[in-house]
Amino acid sequence: MKIRLDSVIKTFETFRAVHGVSLEIESGELVALLGPSGSGKTTILRMVAGLEYADEGHIYFGDQDATDIPVRERGVGFVFQHYALFPHMTVAENIGFGMKVSKVKRDKAEIAARVADLLRLVRLEGLGDRFPGQISGGQRQRVALARALAVDPKVLLLDEPFGALDANVRHDLRRWLREIHQELGITTIFVTHDQEEALDLADRVVILKEGKIVQQGTPQEVCRDPKDAFVMKFLGDANRLTGEVRAGIAHVGGAQVAAAGVPDGPVDIFARPRDLDWSTHGPGVAATVERVLDRPGERRVIATVSTGETLEFDVEPEQAVEKGEAGFVTLRRAKVFSLG
Amino acid sequence: MSTARRKPPRVGDNPLFRRLLIGIVLLLGALLILAPLIVIGVEAFRQGWKVYVATLANADTQHAIMLTVITALIAVPLNTIFGVAAAWAMTKFDFRGKRLLLIVTEIPFSVSPIVAGVAYLFVYGLQGIFGPMLDAYDVKILFALPGIVLASMFVTAPFVARELIPLMQAQGRDLEEAATSLGASGWRTFFSVTLPNVKWAMLYGVVLCNARVMGEFGAVSIVSGNIRGQTNTLPLHIELLYHDYQAAGAFASASILAVIAVFTIIAKVALEGRGAGRRVKPATILVTPETRP
Amino acid sequence: MRRNVLPGLNLSLGITLFYVGLIVVLPLAALIFKASSLGFAEYWTIVSSPRSVASYRVTALAALAATIFNLFFGLALAWVLTRYRFPGRRIIDAMVDLPFALPTAVAGISLTALFSANGWFGSVLSDIGIKVAYTPLGIMIAMCFTSLPFIVRTVQPVLEDLDPALEEAAQSLGGSDWTIFRTVILPLLAPALLAGTSLSFARSLGEFGAIIFIAGNQPMSTEITALLIFIRLEEYDYQAAAAIASVLLLTAFAMLAVTNWLQARALRYTVKG
Repeated sequence: MKIRLDSVIKTFETFRAVHGVSLEIESGELVALLGPSGSGKTTILRMVAGLEYADEGHIYFGDQDATDIPVRERGVGFVFQHYALFPHMTVAENIGFGMKVSKVKRDKAEIAARVADLLRLVRLEGLGDRFPGQISGGQRQRVALARALAVDPKVLLLDEPFGALDANVRHDLRRWLREIHQELGITTIFVTHDQEEALDLADRVVILKEGKIVQQGTPQEVCRDPKDAFVMKFLGDANRLTGEVRAGIAHVGGAQVAAAGVPDGPVDIFARPRDLDWSTHGPGVAATVERVLDRPGERRVIATVSTGETLEFDVEPEQAVEKGEAGFVTLRRAKVFSLG
Repeated sequence: MSTARRKPPRVGDNPLFRRLLIGIVLLLGALLILAPLIVIGVEAFRQGWKVYVATLANADTQHAIMLTVITALIAVPLNTIFGVAAAWAMTKFDFRGKRLLLIVTEIPFSVSPIVAGVAYLFVYGLQGIFGPMLDAYDVKILFALPGIVLASMFVTAPFVARELIPLMQAQGRDLEEAATSLGASGWRTFFSVTLPNVKWAMLYGVVLCNARVMGEFGAVSIVSGNIRGQTNTLPLHIELLYHDYQAAGAFASASILAVIAVFTIIAKVALEGRGAGRRVKPATILVTPETRP
Repeated sequence: MRRNVLPGLNLSLGITLFYVGLIVVLPLAALIFKASSLGFAEYWTIVSSPRSVASYRVTALAALAATIFNLFFGLALAWVLTRYRFPGRRIIDAMVDLPFALPTAVAGISLTALFSANGWFGSVLSDIGIKVAYTPLGIMIAMCFTSLPFIVRTVQPVLEDLDPALEEAAQSLGGSDWTIFRTVILPLLAPALLAGTSLSFARSLGEFGAIIFIAGNQPMSTEITALLIFIRLEEYDYQAAAAIASVLLLTAFAMLAVTNWLQARALRYTVKG
């Protein structure tokens, strides 16, 4: 099912959560809504579900205007952040609930068979008789997913699906969700504030800030070509330097970096830690090493530039760098954003 | 001794202080709480079994018991419906004036039952707003069952609501939203998702409400008119017998209510064992506006 | 108009408003209307008559004494029930609710039986020259009984949830038991104590059933305000009943307002931001 949002606006009391968001999601796509807290991502998800109503704008499911269809009839599967499993029902009863209350009458055996299928799909065979309080967080998450899938939803919506889980469980579940999506091919939208999760899992990432879409695209597009400083910083560690562009080249200290298409004038230059190089001789940006952090696969250097900015960059583990050492930083690759 | 685990003393664990405090509390508790209960039994049987049974078999006593039971059978269910509706409205939705509504709901707790009785007089009595009109159509509310029921509903109005509201507030709206997103209707959501998670708290409220309805004295004594054998509930009947110098009869009737009180407490403890009656801290109630990031 | 996702607002709010309107607001409004239909001078004459003032006096003083007694006894009870383990603790814990469960009229006659001159306690007390039944002391005892659970039940949960680390921190800083109780535990209990105290006081001011049997009901000395209202009604003096009842009602509202304000103040450290 193709989903389309057209200039959707939502305001709570006095706080405007979503400012005119338009978005298209293709049938079968797996899309991440990524943003910091307060960016409106959960509100958008809840509006697609029908758990909030848009103040203005429209939401289409295929060609149908779904803006005013109540959640009960919208046919979405929603996985709540804290799962919202019914504590007084067993795992199997939770999964079967949607079929039991459906207008389409199914007999008990049919429901039981489908529940068994779903338990197998989410790899929880044998746990059908447990209560939600008796299983682990990761298992609860999978029950919540099975419950949402049981009603054959047109679209699957997940609110911070891995937010409440330990890091290692989260990693496994992420891969597993990807597999399920591939197997079922159902249009899926999930909300996250974790850029790694979004980039790992989604076909397309929609980055939000203060209720507006800042950028959307495949993980490759948003990573390689961040549209502004916010996206650049939000997607990962980034060093910021101020410099100046002259004729398509950005100059900062003694270093230079290509800035094709950027008009002449003062600029912000952003570079990832692994795109900086360190050498004891110029040219480059003069800096002094403050600290060296050793990690299993890399060696990170924290250095201060004469203008007071702090840079972080990675060097080869073998490279000898010491605290207090003076040297020069050059930029292998960087993003240049005009300040004008 | 080897298995005894020693713990560092907490504040107030000084053995002398501890024993003294327990001693004082037990003594005062026995004098102030237990003795009144025991004396009812003693006084009820002072003149022997026969008088006891005779009092309870008396037609007026029987009628008072019946009236009390009927009042409870009407007032308690109505109050429960109100409590559930109020809790649903106030915890599943946001609307202007919610806090005010909550405060108004709790007013009967702080109002004297006598004031409540007088207030009803000025609504349905001959000197009240609707009294003359009701009289013209020969509708009897005061000095009859409807008045007794209404007054009982006033004094117990917050009982069920105040058990449900903090609990349902703490549980949030996720479960209901989940059920609705799976296609469940409103009633279905309420009966198969909301109610199973609040049933013990609701029952707790019902038990306390029932005890209060059956025992209400002040408000009912004003609106009932105290007509022997007609509008006397059991507590009023006790007063009547007592002032008639039939102490044994009064205590015999009181013993029925005392037994109900003891059963109420047993039910209360049993329900608390199932998690009902736990107070959520007042600061967390109804002060969280539902704004989502 | 914001639409709601969950169903049933109209029905549930409709029932709520109807019930609250019919059962709570209408009668109280009628009472206030009736009282305010008296002229001010007439109203003032009734509510400030010597007999009325004497009734306020005895009611308020007895309620105050009962509340102070319960403040200490209730706190001690809550403390003993949560901090110590001893045989019979659970039974005592359950019995604390007896004053709520036992009808006030039943409590009234049984307290009278205990404290009258030939009762179990009354006979002992009269030997040492203390008369309880038919004196203000009797009123106080009845109030103590009916309002005891308020303080115990508001303090108990807070005491149970008190983080032991707070006490341990204070102990590690070298505080004596009494100092820790005074400076750490008591301030944390204060909001609950305050809430319990005001509930207890409000209940005592309005109590009727438990008191009238033991009080003696002599005008100017042992006649409580609630009873005076009742007597005015029996004399068919509805105006006076309305006026005096309105005094009790306004007192209850004032208590409610003060309680809310005190609680908000006492809990201000829990407010975020």
